[in-house]
Amino acid sequence: MATEGEATGLVFHPMDQFIVTPLFRTLGPGETVNWYEPTNVTLWMAFIVLAIIALMVWGTGGRGLIPNRVQSIAEMAYGMVHKMVDDVAGHEGVKFFPYIMTLFLFVLFANLLGLVPLGFTVTSHIAVTAVLALAVFVTVTGVGFARNGASFLKLFWISSAPLALRPVLAIIELISYFVRPVSHSIRLAGNLMAGHAVMKVFAGFAAVLWIAPVSILGVVAMYGFEILVAFIQAYVFTILTCVYLKDALHPHH
Amino acid sequence: MITLLQQTTAPVAVETTSPEAGAVTITVPPGSSPPSVEAAIEGALPTVTMPMTTAPAPESAGGIPQIDFTTFGNQIFWLILTIVASWWVLSRVALPRIGGVLADRQNAISGDLGAAEEFKRKARDAESAYEKALAAARSEAQGIAAEQKAGVQAEIDAAIAHADAEIAARAAESERRIGEIRESSLDDARSVAREVTAELVRAFGGQPDEASVTAAVDRRLQAAS
Repeated sequence: MATEGEATGLVFHPMDQFIVTPLFRTLGPGETVNWYEPTNVTLWMAFIVLAIIALMVWGTGGRGLIPNRVQSIAEMAYGMVHKMVDDVAGHEGVKFFPYIMTLFLFVLFANLLGLVPLGFTVTSHIAVTAVLALAVFVTVTGVGFARNGASFLKLFWISSAPLALRPVLAIIELISYFVRPVSHSIRLAGNLMAGHAVMKVFAGFAAVLWIAPVSILGVVAMYGFEILVAFIQAYVFTILTCVYLKDALHPHH
Repeated sequence: MITLLQQTTAPVAVETTSPEAGAVTITVPPGSSPPSVEAAIEGALPTVTMPMTTAPAPESAGGIPQIDFTTFGNQIFWLILTIVASWWVLSRVALPRIGGVLADRQNAISGDLGAAEEFKRKARDAESAYEKALAAARSEAQGIAAEQKAGVQAEIDAAIAHADAEIAARAAESERRIGEIRESSLDDARSVAREVTAELVRAFGGQPDEASVTAAVDRRLQAAS
Protein backbone atom coordinates (compact mmCIF):
# COMPACT_ATOMS: atom_id res chain seq x y z
CA MET A 1 0.00 0.00 0.00
CA ALA A 2 2.98 2.18 0.29
CA THR A 3 3.31 1.85 -3.44
CA GLU A 4 -0.34 2.36 -4.02
CA GLY A 5 -0.03 5.57 -5.95
CA GLU A 6 2.56 4.23 -8.33
CA ALA A 7 0.53 1.81 -10.37
CA THR A 8 -2.96 1.23 -11.63
CA GLY A 9 -3.52 -1.77 -9.44
CA LEU A 10 -6.18 -3.92 -7.94
CA VAL A 11 -6.67 -2.22 -4.64
CA PHE A 12 -9.27 -3.42 -2.19
CA HIS A 13 -10.63 -1.03 0.33
CA PRO A 14 -13.64 -2.95 1.61
CA MET A 15 -13.80 -0.91 4.80
CA ASP A 16 -13.60 2.53 3.22
CA GLN A 17 -17.36 2.54 2.80
CA PHE A 18 -17.73 2.71 6.58
CA ILE A 19 -15.56 5.79 7.10
CA VAL A 20 -17.34 8.68 8.76
CA THR A 21 -16.49 11.90 6.94
CA PRO A 22 -17.73 15.45 7.39
CA LEU A 23 -20.03 16.66 4.65
CA PHE A 24 -18.67 20.16 4.18
CA ARG A 25 -14.92 19.91 4.81
CA THR A 26 -12.04 17.54 4.24
CA LEU A 27 -10.25 16.24 7.27
CA GLY A 28 -6.61 17.18 7.38
CA PRO A 29 -4.03 14.84 8.89
CA GLY A 30 -4.59 14.40 12.58
CA GLU A 31 -7.97 16.13 12.47
CA THR A 32 -10.98 14.32 13.83
CA VAL A 33 -14.71 14.59 13.32
CA ASN A 34 -16.46 16.96 15.73
CA TRP A 35 -19.49 15.53 17.50
CA TYR A 36 -21.84 18.27 16.29
CA GLU A 37 -20.90 18.59 12.64
CA PRO A 38 -22.93 17.12 9.80
CA THR A 39 -21.33 13.99 8.39
CA ASN A 40 -22.39 11.25 6.02
CA VAL A 41 -23.95 9.67 9.10
CA THR A 42 -26.16 12.75 9.40
CA LEU A 43 -27.08 12.60 5.73
CA TRP A 44 -28.10 8.96 5.75
CA MET A 45 -29.91 9.23 9.05
CA ALA A 46 -31.84 12.12 7.54
CA PHE A 47 -32.73 9.84 4.65
CA ILE A 48 -33.93 7.25 7.17
CA VAL A 49 -36.20 9.81 8.83
CA LEU A 50 -37.48 10.90 5.42
CA ALA A 51 -38.12 7.29 4.43
CA ILE A 52 -40.02 6.67 7.66
CA ILE A 53 -42.07 9.83 7.10
CA ALA A 54 -42.67 8.86 3.47
CA LEU A 55 -43.95 5.43 4.37
CA MET A 56 -45.79 6.06 7.61
CA VAL A 57 -47.06 9.65 7.22
CA TRP A 58 -47.20 10.51 3.54
CA GLY A 59 -48.18 6.95 2.59
CA THR A 60 -51.11 6.91 4.97
CA GLY A 61 -52.24 10.45 4.12
CA GLY A 62 -55.35 9.17 2.37
CA ARG A 63 -56.51 7.36 5.52
CA GLY A 64 -58.21 5.05 3.07
CA LEU A 65 -60.71 2.52 4.31
CA ILE A 66 -59.48 0.60 1.31
CA PRO A 67 -55.72 1.18 1.46
CA ASN A 68 -53.55 2.02 -1.52
CA ARG A 69 -50.22 0.24 -2.01
CA VAL A 70 -48.05 2.39 0.24
CA GLN A 71 -50.69 2.48 2.93
CA SER A 72 -50.97 -1.30 2.90
CA ILE A 73 -47.22 -1.59 3.42
CA ALA A 74 -47.40 0.88 6.31
CA GLU A 75 -50.34 -1.04 7.78
CA MET A 76 -48.50 -4.31 7.29
CA ALA A 77 -45.46 -2.98 9.18
CA TYR A 78 -47.74 -1.61 11.91
CA GLY A 79 -49.66 -4.86 12.15
CA MET A 80 -46.56 -7.02 12.17
CA VAL A 81 -44.80 -5.10 14.94
CA HIS A 82 -47.99 -4.59 16.93
CA LYS A 83 -48.75 -8.29 16.82
CA MET A 84 -45.17 -9.10 17.73
CA VAL A 85 -45.28 -6.82 20.79
CA ASP A 86 -48.67 -8.17 21.81
CA ASP A 87 -47.67 -11.82 21.35
CA VAL A 88 -44.18 -11.71 22.79
CA ALA A 89 -44.22 -8.98 25.43
CA GLY A 90 -47.85 -9.41 26.40
CA HIS A 91 -50.70 -6.97 26.50
CA GLU A 92 -48.95 -4.59 28.90
CA GLY A 93 -46.08 -4.33 26.42
CA VAL A 94 -48.33 -2.55 23.91
CA LYS A 95 -47.66 0.83 25.52
CA PHE A 96 -44.03 0.44 24.43
CA PHE A 97 -45.22 -0.15 20.88
CA PRO A 98 -44.22 3.31 19.50
CA TYR A 99 -40.70 2.87 20.88
CA ILE A 100 -40.35 -0.62 19.38
CA MET A 101 -41.87 0.51 16.11
CA THR A 102 -39.32 3.34 15.96
CA LEU A 103 -36.48 0.88 16.52
CA PHE A 104 -37.83 -1.49 13.89
CA LEU A 105 -38.32 1.14 11.22
CA PHE A 106 -35.01 2.81 11.98
CA VAL A 107 -33.04 -0.43 11.72
CA LEU A 108 -34.99 -1.61 8.68
CA PHE A 109 -34.54 1.60 6.72
CA ALA A 110 -30.91 1.94 7.81
CA ASN A 111 -30.23 -1.56 6.51
CA LEU A 112 -32.13 -1.01 3.27
CA LEU A 113 -30.77 2.47 2.53
CA GLY A 114 -27.28 1.12 3.20
CA LEU A 115 -27.80 -1.11 0.18
CA VAL A 116 -28.29 1.86 -2.10
CA PRO A 117 -25.12 2.16 -4.18
CA LEU A 118 -22.77 4.75 -2.66
CA GLY A 119 -24.93 4.61 0.43
CA PHE A 120 -23.73 4.60 3.99
CA THR A 121 -24.93 1.93 6.38
CA VAL A 122 -25.33 3.52 9.79
CA THR A 123 -26.29 0.21 11.40
CA SER A 124 -22.94 -1.27 10.41
CA HIS A 125 -21.37 0.89 13.11
CA ILE A 126 -21.12 -0.52 16.57
CA ALA A 127 -21.48 3.01 17.96
CA VAL A 128 -25.01 3.17 16.57
CA THR A 129 -26.15 -0.35 17.38
CA ALA A 130 -24.57 -0.22 20.84
CA VAL A 131 -26.52 2.92 21.68
CA LEU A 132 -29.73 1.29 20.43
CA ALA A 133 -29.03 -1.90 22.37
CA LEU A 134 -28.02 -0.03 25.51
CA ALA A 135 -31.15 2.08 25.29
CA VAL A 136 -33.19 -1.14 25.18
CA PHE A 137 -31.16 -2.62 28.02
CA VAL A 138 -31.53 0.45 30.24
CA THR A 139 -35.23 0.79 29.44
CA VAL A 140 -35.92 -2.88 30.10
CA THR A 141 -33.96 -2.90 33.35
CA GLY A 142 -35.61 0.33 34.48
CA VAL A 143 -39.08 -0.92 33.63
CA GLY A 144 -38.34 -4.23 35.34
CA PHE A 145 -37.39 -2.59 38.60
CA ALA A 146 -40.08 0.08 38.41
CA ARG A 147 -42.86 -2.46 37.87
CA ASN A 148 -41.65 -5.35 40.00
CA GLY A 149 -39.34 -3.73 42.55
CA ALA A 150 -36.85 -6.12 44.07
CA SER A 151 -38.84 -9.09 42.84
CA PHE A 152 -37.45 -8.32 39.39
CA LEU A 153 -34.33 -10.08 40.68
CA LYS A 154 -36.32 -13.32 40.69
CA LEU A 155 -35.58 -13.32 36.99
CA PHE A 156 -32.15 -14.63 38.01
CA TRP A 157 -33.38 -16.96 40.73
CA ILE A 158 -34.93 -19.86 38.89
CA SER A 159 -37.36 -21.31 41.38
CA SER A 160 -38.12 -24.34 39.24
CA ALA A 161 -34.51 -25.54 39.47
CA PRO A 162 -33.17 -27.64 42.37
CA LEU A 163 -32.10 -25.44 45.25
CA ALA A 164 -28.46 -26.46 45.03
CA LEU A 165 -28.26 -25.41 41.40
CA ARG A 166 -29.92 -22.05 41.84
CA PRO A 167 -26.84 -20.01 42.82
CA VAL A 168 -24.93 -21.38 39.84
CA LEU A 169 -27.84 -20.69 37.53
CA ALA A 170 -28.20 -17.22 39.02
CA ILE A 171 -24.61 -16.41 38.08
CA ILE A 172 -25.14 -17.75 34.57
CA GLU A 173 -28.38 -15.83 34.21
CA LEU A 174 -26.77 -12.66 35.49
CA ILE A 175 -23.91 -12.96 33.00
CA SER A 176 -26.28 -13.72 30.15
CA TYR A 177 -28.39 -10.72 31.15
CA PHE A 178 -25.45 -8.37 30.92
CA VAL A 179 -24.21 -9.94 27.70
CA ARG A 180 -27.55 -9.18 26.07
CA PRO A 181 -26.77 -5.62 24.94
CA VAL A 182 -23.42 -6.80 23.57
CA SER A 183 -24.88 -9.62 21.49
CA HIS A 184 -27.87 -7.45 20.60
CA SER A 185 -25.66 -4.75 19.10
CA ILE A 186 -22.81 -6.83 17.65
CA ARG A 187 -25.24 -9.18 15.92
CA LEU A 188 -26.70 -6.31 13.93
CA ALA A 189 -23.50 -4.34 13.24
CA GLY A 190 -21.49 -7.47 12.48
CA ASN A 191 -24.01 -8.83 9.98
CA LEU A 192 -24.28 -5.55 8.15
CA MET A 193 -20.56 -4.82 8.17
CA ALA A 194 -19.57 -8.27 7.00
CA GLY A 195 -22.15 -8.34 4.22
CA HIS A 196 -21.16 -4.96 2.86
CA ALA A 197 -17.43 -5.71 3.12
CA VAL A 198 -17.86 -9.00 1.27
CA MET A 199 -19.79 -7.24 -1.48
CA LYS A 200 -17.02 -4.70 -1.79
CA VAL A 201 -14.39 -7.41 -2.09
CA PHE A 202 -16.42 -9.16 -4.79
CA ALA A 203 -16.81 -5.85 -6.58
CA GLY A 204 -13.07 -5.22 -6.37
CA PHE A 205 -12.36 -8.43 -8.23
CA ALA A 206 -14.48 -7.19 -11.13
CA ALA A 207 -11.43 -5.18 -12.27
CA VAL A 208 -9.77 -8.42 -13.36
CA LEU A 209 -11.04 -9.43 -16.74
CA TRP A 210 -11.19 -13.17 -16.41
CA ILE A 211 -12.74 -13.16 -12.97
CA ALA A 212 -15.21 -10.33 -13.63
CA PRO A 213 -18.25 -12.45 -14.61
CA VAL A 214 -17.94 -14.56 -11.47
CA SER A 215 -17.40 -11.43 -9.45
CA ILE A 216 -20.43 -9.65 -10.88
CA LEU A 217 -22.63 -12.70 -10.36
CA GLY A 218 -21.27 -12.89 -6.84
CA VAL A 219 -22.12 -9.26 -6.19
CA VAL A 220 -25.66 -9.76 -7.51
CA ALA A 221 -26.15 -12.85 -5.37
CA MET A 222 -24.71 -11.13 -2.32
CA TYR A 223 -26.90 -8.11 -2.91
CA GLY A 224 -30.02 -10.25 -2.93
CA PHE A 225 -28.80 -12.02 0.16
CA GLU A 226 -28.11 -8.70 1.86
CA ILE A 227 -31.67 -7.53 1.21
CA LEU A 228 -32.83 -10.63 3.02
CA VAL A 229 -30.33 -9.96 5.81
CA ALA A 230 -31.56 -6.35 6.06
CA PHE A 231 -35.10 -7.53 6.80
CA ILE A 232 -34.07 -10.44 9.01
CA GLN A 233 -31.74 -8.36 11.16
CA ALA A 234 -34.37 -5.65 11.63
CA TYR A 235 -36.86 -8.35 12.60
CA VAL A 236 -34.41 -10.07 14.94
CA PHE A 237 -33.45 -6.80 16.63
CA THR A 238 -37.12 -5.98 17.18
CA ILE A 239 -38.21 -9.40 18.41
CA LEU A 240 -35.29 -9.57 20.84
CA THR A 241 -36.33 -6.18 22.18
CA CYS A 242 -39.80 -7.63 22.73
CA VAL A 243 -38.35 -10.70 24.45
CA TYR A 244 -36.29 -8.55 26.80
CA LEU A 245 -39.32 -6.40 27.49
CA LYS A 246 -41.30 -9.51 28.35
CA ASP A 247 -38.69 -10.38 30.98
CA ALA A 248 -39.09 -6.94 32.48
CA LEU A 249 -42.89 -7.16 32.55
CA HIS A 250 -43.13 -10.79 33.64
CA PRO A 251 -39.86 -11.72 35.40
CA HIS A 252 -41.35 -14.88 36.91
CA HIS A 253 -40.56 -17.72 34.58
CA MET B 1 -6.50 -5.73 4.14
CA ILE B 2 -5.65 -7.33 0.83
CA THR B 3 -3.75 -5.28 -1.65
CA LEU B 4 -2.84 -6.65 -5.05
CA LEU B 5 -0.41 -4.37 -6.71
CA GLN B 6 0.05 -4.84 -10.38
CA GLN B 7 3.40 -3.28 -11.13
CA THR B 8 5.19 -3.32 -14.41
CA THR B 9 8.50 -4.72 -13.20
CA ALA B 10 10.10 -8.05 -14.06
CA PRO B 11 10.26 -10.78 -13.08
CA VAL B 12 6.96 -12.05 -11.74
CA ALA B 13 7.18 -12.28 -8.04
CA VAL B 14 4.71 -12.89 -5.32
CA GLU B 15 5.71 -11.14 -2.22
CA THR B 16 3.92 -12.28 0.87
CA THR B 17 6.33 -10.83 3.37
CA SER B 18 5.47 -7.25 2.68
CA PRO B 19 7.02 -4.75 5.04
CA GLU B 20 3.52 -3.84 5.85
CA ALA B 21 1.79 -6.62 7.70
CA GLY B 22 -1.33 -7.94 6.10
CA ALA B 23 -0.47 -6.91 2.55
CA VAL B 24 0.02 -9.21 -0.40
CA THR B 25 1.92 -7.74 -3.31
CA ILE B 26 2.03 -9.20 -6.78
CA THR B 27 4.66 -7.76 -9.05
CA VAL B 28 4.69 -8.19 -12.79
CA PRO B 29 7.43 -7.55 -15.46
CA PRO B 30 7.64 -4.06 -16.92
CA GLY B 31 6.30 -3.35 -20.35
CA SER B 32 4.46 -6.61 -20.44
CA SER B 33 1.26 -6.71 -22.37
CA PRO B 34 -2.04 -7.04 -20.51
CA PRO B 35 -2.39 -10.80 -21.20
CA SER B 36 0.88 -11.48 -19.43
CA VAL B 37 -0.23 -9.33 -16.53
CA GLU B 38 -3.34 -11.38 -16.26
CA ALA B 39 -1.33 -14.54 -16.56
CA ALA B 40 0.92 -13.31 -13.82
CA ILE B 41 -2.04 -12.63 -11.55
CA GLU B 42 -3.59 -15.95 -12.47
CA GLY B 43 -0.38 -17.71 -11.63
CA ALA B 44 0.01 -15.77 -8.48
CA LEU B 45 -3.52 -16.00 -7.12
CA PRO B 46 -3.51 -19.64 -5.91
CA THR B 47 -0.52 -18.88 -3.77
CA VAL B 48 -2.00 -15.76 -2.28
CA THR B 49 -2.47 -16.15 1.42
CA MET B 50 -4.59 -13.77 3.34
CA PRO B 51 -3.01 -12.84 6.61
CA MET B 52 -5.65 -12.58 9.28
CA THR B 53 -3.85 -10.03 11.35
CA THR B 54 -5.51 -6.68 11.16
CA ALA B 55 -3.05 -4.31 9.71
CA PRO B 56 -2.77 -0.71 10.78
CA ALA B 57 -4.04 0.56 7.48
CA PRO B 58 -3.04 3.87 5.94
CA GLU B 59 -5.17 6.96 6.16
CA SER B 60 -7.26 6.15 3.11
CA ALA B 61 -8.41 2.81 4.49
CA GLY B 62 -8.64 4.10 8.02
CA GLY B 63 -8.30 0.73 9.71
CA ILE B 64 -11.68 -0.51 10.83
CA PRO B 65 -13.82 2.62 10.85
CA GLN B 66 -16.17 0.96 13.35
CA ILE B 67 -13.57 1.19 16.10
CA ASP B 68 -12.45 4.71 15.28
CA PHE B 69 -13.63 6.19 18.55
CA THR B 70 -13.17 9.76 17.34
CA THR B 71 -16.38 9.40 15.31
CA PHE B 72 -18.46 7.92 18.11
CA GLY B 73 -19.58 11.25 19.52
CA ASN B 74 -20.77 12.40 16.14
CA GLN B 75 -22.62 9.18 15.39
CA ILE B 76 -24.28 9.01 18.79
CA PHE B 77 -25.35 12.64 18.63
CA TRP B 78 -27.00 12.26 15.25
CA LEU B 79 -28.44 8.87 16.18
CA ILE B 80 -30.19 10.32 19.21
CA LEU B 81 -31.57 13.18 17.13
CA THR B 82 -32.77 10.73 14.48
CA ILE B 83 -34.37 8.35 16.95
CA VAL B 84 -36.13 11.16 18.78
CA ALA B 85 -37.36 12.65 15.50
CA SER B 86 -38.58 9.28 14.24
CA TRP B 87 -40.19 8.47 17.56
CA TRP B 88 -41.91 11.85 17.64
CA VAL B 89 -43.27 11.50 14.12
CA LEU B 90 -44.40 7.93 14.68
CA SER B 91 -45.98 8.34 18.09
CA ARG B 92 -47.62 11.70 17.37
CA VAL B 93 -48.72 11.34 13.77
CA ALA B 94 -48.21 8.03 12.03
CA LEU B 95 -49.14 5.38 14.57
CA PRO B 96 -52.35 7.03 15.87
CA ARG B 97 -53.38 7.58 12.26
CA ILE B 98 -52.75 3.99 11.19
CA GLY B 99 -54.32 2.67 14.38
CA GLY B 100 -57.36 4.85 13.67
CA VAL B 101 -57.61 3.63 10.11
CA LEU B 102 -57.36 0.02 11.22
CA ALA B 103 -60.00 0.56 13.92
CA ASP B 104 -62.28 2.31 11.42
CA ARG B 105 -61.89 -0.56 9.01
CA GLN B 106 -62.64 -3.06 11.77
CA ASN B 107 -65.74 -1.09 12.73
CA ALA B 108 -66.83 -0.81 9.12
CA ILE B 109 -66.41 -4.53 8.62
CA SER B 110 -68.24 -5.46 11.80
CA GLY B 111 -70.89 -2.84 10.98
CA ASP B 112 -71.33 -4.33 7.55
CA LEU B 113 -71.54 -7.79 9.03
CA GLY B 114 -74.18 -6.56 11.48
CA ALA B 115 -76.13 -4.90 8.67
CA ALA B 116 -75.90 -8.08 6.65
CA GLU B 117 -77.21 -10.04 9.64
CA GLU B 118 -80.05 -7.51 9.97
CA PHE B 119 -80.91 -7.80 6.29
CA LYS B 120 -80.85 -11.56 6.54
CA ARG B 121 -83.23 -11.46 9.49
CA LYS B 122 -85.53 -9.08 7.60
CA ALA B 123 -85.48 -11.36 4.57
CA ARG B 124 -86.36 -14.30 6.77
CA ASP B 125 -89.23 -12.30 8.34
CA ALA B 126 -90.48 -11.28 4.94
CA GLU B 127 -90.35 -14.86 3.77
CA SER B 128 -92.33 -16.13 6.75
CA ALA B 129 -94.87 -13.30 6.33
CA TYR B 130 -95.22 -14.23 2.69
CA GLU B 131 -95.71 -17.88 3.60
CA LYS B 132 -98.35 -16.89 6.14
CA ALA B 133 -100.16 -14.65 3.67
CA LEU B 134 -100.02 -17.39 1.08
CA ALA B 135 -101.52 -19.93 3.48
CA ALA B 136 -104.26 -17.48 4.51
CA ALA B 137 -105.09 -16.70 0.89
CA ARG B 138 -105.18 -20.38 0.06
CA SER B 139 -107.54 -21.23 2.92
CA GLU B 140 -109.70 -18.23 2.04
CA ALA B 141 -109.81 -19.37 -1.56
CA GLN B 142 -110.77 -22.83 -0.43
CA GLY B 143 -113.53 -21.35 1.75
CA ILE B 144 -114.83 -19.24 -1.10
CA ALA B 145 -114.70 -22.21 -3.45
CA ALA B 146 -116.61 -24.38 -0.98
CA GLU B 147 -119.17 -21.63 -0.43
CA GLN B 148 -119.61 -21.14 -4.14
CA LYS B 149 -119.92 -24.85 -4.62
CA ALA B 150 -122.57 -25.07 -1.94
CA GLY B 151 -124.48 -22.15 -3.47
CA VAL B 152 -124.33 -23.63 -6.93
CA GLN B 153 -125.37 -27.01 -5.53
CA ALA B 154 -128.38 -25.44 -3.89
CA GLU B 155 -129.33 -23.72 -7.10
CA ILE B 156 -128.90 -26.93 -9.03
CA ASP B 157 -130.97 -28.80 -6.51
CA ALA B 158 -133.68 -26.17 -6.68
CA ALA B 159 -133.61 -26.20 -10.46
CA ILE B 160 -133.74 -30.00 -10.50
CA ALA B 161 -136.66 -30.01 -8.06
CA HIS B 162 -138.44 -27.39 -10.12
CA ALA B 163 -137.80 -29.34 -13.29
CA ASP B 164 -138.99 -32.54 -11.60
CA ALA B 165 -142.16 -30.85 -10.48
CA GLU B 166 -142.79 -29.47 -13.93
CA ILE B 167 -142.11 -32.80 -15.52
CA ALA B 168 -144.47 -34.44 -13.06
CA ALA B 169 -147.12 -31.84 -13.78
CA ARG B 170 -146.70 -32.25 -17.49
CA ALA B 171 -146.76 -36.01 -17.21
CA ALA B 172 -149.99 -35.82 -15.21
CA GLU B 173 -151.42 -33.46 -17.78
CA SER B 174 -150.44 -35.79 -20.59
CA GLU B 175 -151.87 -38.73 -18.65
CA ARG B 176 -155.06 -36.88 -18.19
CA ARG B 177 -155.26 -35.92 -21.82
CA ILE B 178 -154.43 -39.43 -22.96
CA GLY B 179 -157.23 -40.62 -20.69
CA GLU B 180 -159.57 -38.06 -22.18
CA ILE B 181 -158.56 -39.00 -25.70
CA ARG B 182 -158.99 -42.67 -24.88
CA GLU B 183 -162.37 -41.93 -23.29
CA SER B 184 -163.52 -39.86 -26.21
CA SER B 185 -162.26 -42.37 -28.75
CA LEU B 186 -164.14 -45.10 -26.81
CA ASP B 187 -167.26 -43.00 -26.90
CA ASP B 188 -166.77 -42.33 -30.60
CA ALA B 189 -166.27 -46.02 -31.26
CA ARG B 190 -169.37 -46.80 -29.21
CA SER B 191 -171.55 -44.26 -31.07
CA VAL B 192 -170.18 -45.47 -34.41
CA ALA B 193 -170.87 -49.04 -33.36
CA ARG B 194 -174.38 -48.05 -32.25
CA GLU B 195 -175.10 -46.26 -35.52
CA VAL B 196 -173.66 -49.19 -37.53
CA THR B 197 -175.77 -51.61 -35.45
CA ALA B 198 -178.88 -49.45 -35.92
CA GLU B 199 -178.28 -49.25 -39.66
CA LEU B 200 -177.65 -53.04 -39.79
CA VAL B 201 -180.90 -53.67 -37.90
CA ARG B 202 -182.73 -51.25 -40.25
CA ALA B 203 -181.17 -52.93 -43.23
CA PHE B 204 -182.48 -56.25 -42.00
CA GLY B 205 -185.86 -54.62 -41.78
CA GLY B 206 -186.13 -54.30 -38.19
CA GLN B 207 -186.95 -51.29 -36.18
CA PRO B 208 -183.88 -50.49 -34.16
CA ASP B 209 -184.59 -49.91 -30.56
CA GLU B 210 -182.06 -47.48 -29.29
CA ALA B 211 -181.91 -48.89 -25.78
CA SER B 212 -181.37 -52.47 -26.85
CA VAL B 213 -178.79 -51.42 -29.47
CA THR B 214 -176.87 -49.54 -26.86
CA ALA B 215 -177.03 -52.46 -24.47
CA ALA B 216 -175.88 -54.89 -27.15
CA VAL B 217 -172.95 -52.69 -28.19
CA ASP B 218 -171.87 -52.14 -24.59
CA ARG B 219 -172.12 -55.91 -23.96
CA ARG B 220 -169.93 -56.63 -26.98
CA LEU B 221 -167.40 -53.90 -26.07
CA GLN B 222 -167.29 -55.20 -22.57
CA ALA B 223 -166.51 -58.64 -23.90
CA ALA B 224 -163.86 -57.22 -26.32
CA SER B 225 -162.02 -55.21 -23.83
